[in-house]
Amino acid sequence: MRHALAALAAAGALASCGGGGDEPLKVTAASSLKVALTEYASDGVALAFAGSDQLAAQIRQGARPDVFVAANEKLPADLHAEGLTQPPVRIASNRIVLAVSAGTSAVRSPEDLARDGVRIAVAARGVPAGDYAQRVLDSLPRAGANVRSREPDVSGVVGKLLQRAVDAGFVYATDVRASRGGLREIALPPRLAPDVRYAAVVVRDSPRARAFVDGLRGAPALRAAGFGPP
Amino acid sequence: MFRAGLVACLAGLLIFLALPVLAIFVEASPGELLASLKDPAARDALWLSAQVTAVAVAIIVTVGTPAAWLLATRRFRGRSALVTLLELPLVVPPAVAGVGLLAAFGPAGLLGGAGPDLVLETAGVVVALVFVASPFYVRQAQAAFAALDPTWLEASRTSGASEARTFARVAVPVALPGLGTGLALAWGRALGEFGATLMFAGSFRGTTQTAPLAIYERFATDFTSALALSAVLIALSASILVTVKLLPGRPDALL
Repeated sequence: MRHALAALAAAGALASCGGGGDEPLKVTAASSLKVALTEYASDGVALAFAGSDQLAAQIRQGARPDVFVAANEKLPADLHAEGLTQPPVRIASNRIVLAVSAGTSAVRSPEDLARDGVRIAVAARGVPAGDYAQRVLDSLPRAGANVRSREPDVSGVVGKLLQRAVDAGFVYATDVRASRGGLREIALPPRLAPDVRYAAVVVRDSPRARAFVDGLRGAPALRAAGFGPP
Repeated sequence: MFRAGLVACLAGLLIFLALPVLAIFVEASPGELLASLKDPAARDALWLSAQVTAVAVAIIVTVGTPAAWLLATRRFRGRSALVTLLELPLVVPPAVAGVGLLAAFGPAGLLGGAGPDLVLETAGVVVALVFVASPFYVRQAQAAFAALDPTWLEASRTSGASEARTFARVAVPVALPGLGTGLALAWGRALGEFGATLMFAGSFRGTTQTAPLAIYERFATDFTSALALSAVLIALSASILVTVKLLPGRPDALL
């Protein structure tokens, strides 16, 4: 038993100090960045995606990724104001769009969202995609009453659309592009479309973390995924 | 030395398992917890959880008890394969259950949306709960029936009672403690269901947002409220567990 315990302790010590030099750079990012960041990140970067608000809450609860990228500017700015991160850096812009599953016809225009029986999915309040969607819904009379699911992140909305669980949903233009024809965008009048800007913050300061954030600004991988200039 | 090692392992396990549960009650004051339970959305979630888990458990018991009786008392070809299939949801990740339910009953699924609307409906939550929780009951019920003393059942049959009467008047009453344990385990699992519900039924206040979904939503926006809802779920789960432990005549082998 004594030997077994000693071996266990030795193994633990080895595991904790092994690989010190090539520890991966931990990046937590908004779900909508999945395609772009997976393309952008080099080897040695560990990516985790969720709703930006969940990731910000994790940082408030003591999680320490190296970099956090949000689908708005507010969450990174709040974290910075609370002394938890370096100052935010604006990295890209996006558009919130009305999307339907390709080949469906229940919704053809933003006005159709107010029709009886139309089912809409949005991200939850507090999630950037949900807040953007709420602003659009607030300016479309009666459409809000047709919201049937508030998903924890924008991926949930994409999933509900692709499974045709809902007739329409608010996602990012980049999500429509990433769906490779699975989703169709319905244009929003420009006056309804909110400004969507993404910002990154260094949480645990290091040259690698800074380089990662600096390189993100206008990165070709982001452009290729459909993001606009910062 | 060996004994000390055993005690150390048990102590370590106890601390590890108890700490997160205790932390929920320590992190926020009782006053704060109670105050955030006044939030109508939190109450909606708890009330919905109470309703859907009750309906799901009722369905599971109604259908599961006869099914378990059949599995426990008959020997037929492919029986063990069937039992394994019925137990599969025990080990299938909830997200897989959600994908499976969508693939089967979703509008773009196998049945092409035939039948009642389930996706984004309260009925869909019940379906998800029945799927993930029923094996907990059926497994336990099957074990309880299999453990019955065959001479009792034989006595009932030779005294002229029909098979149905033997089942209802002898088997079920005698197996009741085991069935109660299964019911509690299934209820506990249903109460905690998250992934399958979210994927299959979505999350909407009052319709499909059960307490675990409300906790997840509040994690980002209102941690104290998430703690409060968690505290209620712990209290409920603990009382389910204690009730089972106190059931009269519970054979210890079953839990």
